[in-house]
Amino acid sequence: MTSGVLTEKILSQPKAGIRIPDTLTRIGKYVLYRSVALFATVVIGVYLTVLIANMGGYLDTIRIAQIREQIGASVLGDPALQTLSASQLRANIDERVVIEMKTLNLDQPFFLRSINYLTDALTLNLGRAEFLASNSGSRLVRLILLERMPATLLLSATANLSLFFIAVFAALFLSRQYGSFLDRLVIAMAPSSSVPAWFYGIFLILIFASVFHILPFGGMVDAPPPENMPEYVLSLLKHMILPVGAIFLHSLFIGIYQWRTFFLIYSSEDYVEMGKAKGLPARTIERRYILRPTLPPIVTQFALMLIYLWQGMIILETVFSWPGLGRLLFQAISSFDVPVIVGNVVLIAYLLVTTVFLLDIIYALLDPRVKVGGERRS
Amino acid sequence: MKIPGPLKELTHYRSALFGMSIIGAMILVALYAVITIPYDEAIRRWRAGEEVWGEYPRNAVPEWFTFFAGNSLPKTVILRSQDSAVQKQSQAVTGDMQTADTTFAFDYTSDGFPSELNLFLMGKSKEKKPLATISWKMPDGTKIPLGDVTVGPTERFSISTDQRLSLKLDNRAPEVGLFAKPGTTAKGMTPVVQKGRYELIIEGLTFEKDSTLDAKLVVYGQAYGLAGTDHRRRDILLAMLWGTPIALAFGFLAAVGSTLTTFAIAAIGAWFGGWLDAIIQRLTEINSVLPTLPILILIGTFYTRNIWVILGVVIALGIFSLGIKTYRSMFMQVKEMPYIEAAHAYGAGNLRIIFQYMMPKIAPVLIPSFVTLIPSFVFLEASLAVLGLGDPLLPTWGKVMNDAYSNGALYKGLYYWVLEPAFLLMLTGLGFAVVGFALDRIFNPRLREL
Repeated sequence: MTSGVLTEKILSQPKAGIRIPDTLTRIGKYVLYRSVALFATVVIGVYLTVLIANMGGYLDTIRIAQIREQIGASVLGDPALQTLSASQLRANIDERVVIEMKTLNLDQPFFLRSINYLTDALTLNLGRAEFLASNSGSRLVRLILLERMPATLLLSATANLSLFFIAVFAALFLSRQYGSFLDRLVIAMAPSSSVPAWFYGIFLILIFASVFHILPFGGMVDAPPPENMPEYVLSLLKHMILPVGAIFLHSLFIGIYQWRTFFLIYSSEDYVEMGKAKGLPARTIERRYILRPTLPPIVTQFALMLIYLWQGMIILETVFSWPGLGRLLFQAISSFDVPVIVGNVVLIAYLLVTTVFLLDIIYALLDPRVKVGGERRS
Repeated sequence: MKIPGPLKELTHYRSALFGMSIIGAMILVALYAVITIPYDEAIRRWRAGEEVWGEYPRNAVPEWFTFFAGNSLPKTVILRSQDSAVQKQSQAVTGDMQTADTTFAFDYTSDGFPSELNLFLMGKSKEKKPLATISWKMPDGTKIPLGDVTVGPTERFSISTDQRLSLKLDNRAPEVGLFAKPGTTAKGMTPVVQKGRYELIIEGLTFEKDSTLDAKLVVYGQAYGLAGTDHRRRDILLAMLWGTPIALAFGFLAAVGSTLTTFAIAAIGAWFGGWLDAIIQRLTEINSVLPTLPILILIGTFYTRNIWVILGVVIALGIFSLGIKTYRSMFMQVKEMPYIEAAHAYGAGNLRIIFQYMMPKIAPVLIPSFVTLIPSFVFLEASLAVLGLGDPLLPTWGKVMNDAYSNGALYKGLYYWVLEPAFLLMLTGLGFAVVGFALDRIFNPRLREL
């Protein structure tokens, strides 16, 4: 036993020659490379959005309408111009609009204009909404979007984080009980992932809200919202049960199934047998010999799952009337509020990429090849 | 790898058999729909209004609901004055003036009230329109006047929306008040159906020689057909039937389109290597983070909701999918195999090697992912439809769900409206997924060992 612990200690000693700064620069390099790649992705995604929106001329129309509105307001509010007749005023406005369009390069060819729109969108300078307004009454698209973002983040973070941890531990547990009834049950349930989360949402609403009246149909808190903090949180949790449940039904079983397979693959490696032969405690073997090497592929899988879930949030929020970005996008589509639609797509692209970026950093921290710089990948 | 082998092996999995029977049934339904209802006819009927669906009840549950409901739900009763069974009388009064009396008599034995009551009148005349006095006779002999109308070529006499009639019937809706037992309609009581023989009497007067008066009484039921009806009286069965070929075609074409292109691009990248491979790799990485659904939403909002255009975009966005990475690593191994070297040695061209030697070698690996991809595209189409971006013409499952949702079906308890398309979608999803999982185990033996 003592010798086992001793060998383990020796094995777990950092190998000679690894200096912390070296590791840091390597992680830094990796993160830098990934952030550049992901930023390129955002630029391309947003540019695509701009292209799609402006092939129909929508962005131009919005810009010109906004310029006209601003100039109209400034001309009409100018006391020096009050003496002019209505037609003179209009001519004055038209004249200024043309000048303004020139200064804003709106008379330039489409390619140059599209670059302008791209920079605007990337800096979230998204203009004003046509119909929708934020709860505080603002019509700035940026404010409307930022107001909705916390709701989306709250729901997806809660669902995804709990999903990750529950699935990892369940997978680890099942890999120990390979072939048991529970194990086979989870495998049998894995095809449930072919049905999207919002779809389970409809069934959950039907069962728990329509038929049994136990849980609310949708929304984020009761109306009117409770005054004190504990009640507010309680109401929030109550409203979160069904949407989170829907996400779980969709991805929990496939997650457990896939990760269980990873664990099984890694637990049949020779070094695990070696560890067992040495008489290491089961927990140590699981933590250091199985979980550790399995985490990088699990994180990669999880990133893929998240990309899919992010997109599903649009409809999930609509189904549950959850006041987040997805529902906003739905409302914007219904009222054809183009600036909000474009802004929303841009923000979703940002959030998607941020999620992937965060997972990349975690991956860098987990994967020894990145950290230690191991063998070069071909 | 021979194709029959894996297929035979598939029958060893009970779940796969189950899945294949679902897929088989779906294909049969799709064929049935396409053969019995032509494409144009399906579109025309689904977009039609009262002229096609006028005799169908609104929001009626499927007839088989009666088994679960316990009591019998009424079916729609349609009576036409042209039918020989309907009692008609005509007498000359003075000159060209004639009476034209019609009595619609029917037995009502259901426990539930009708959902609506409409009388359609068709008067043929040159100048002076016929006149009709309408009254209602209940089984216990009570007679209730319903009103007088001058009858144009097509006149709709909507009994259900008559506010004044409703006032006379203790503020109950006419279709309830006219069928209730006396004394059960008072406020706070639950109306009970009075079973027996009802009569709708039309006392008509025509004023010209060839002038005629015809009528049609529709007592709308609460149950209709196999699938029920929606808020526009449309038979949901039509959408369920036609939704099947559309869903299958969309899912299948999208899966074929994106997998085959992905596969070919992966092979090309692996064979040529170098900068081409690098570009393909980077494009794949970028594409994997592009928000597919929002882009489809943009296209649906700004350009077209045509399902075939959307299909094209779905395929285009799926070309550089992450599958490329998996396939590429397999092609890298194939590339080094002796038979490829031999082909190269005797002077086979690049394209010949890629398409005829490399791709067939690992084509079987495609099959599982291909099968599991199909339902995801079916659901993608449904997702767009639920967001209100469904094809404007075609009846699809997703569009029915969208209708149900926007009309508050879950709040109103019209569960069948959501459950039917949902059930079919789920069946499709599970059917393909189960088969895909089984195929995955057959083609990836490493999984089978575990």
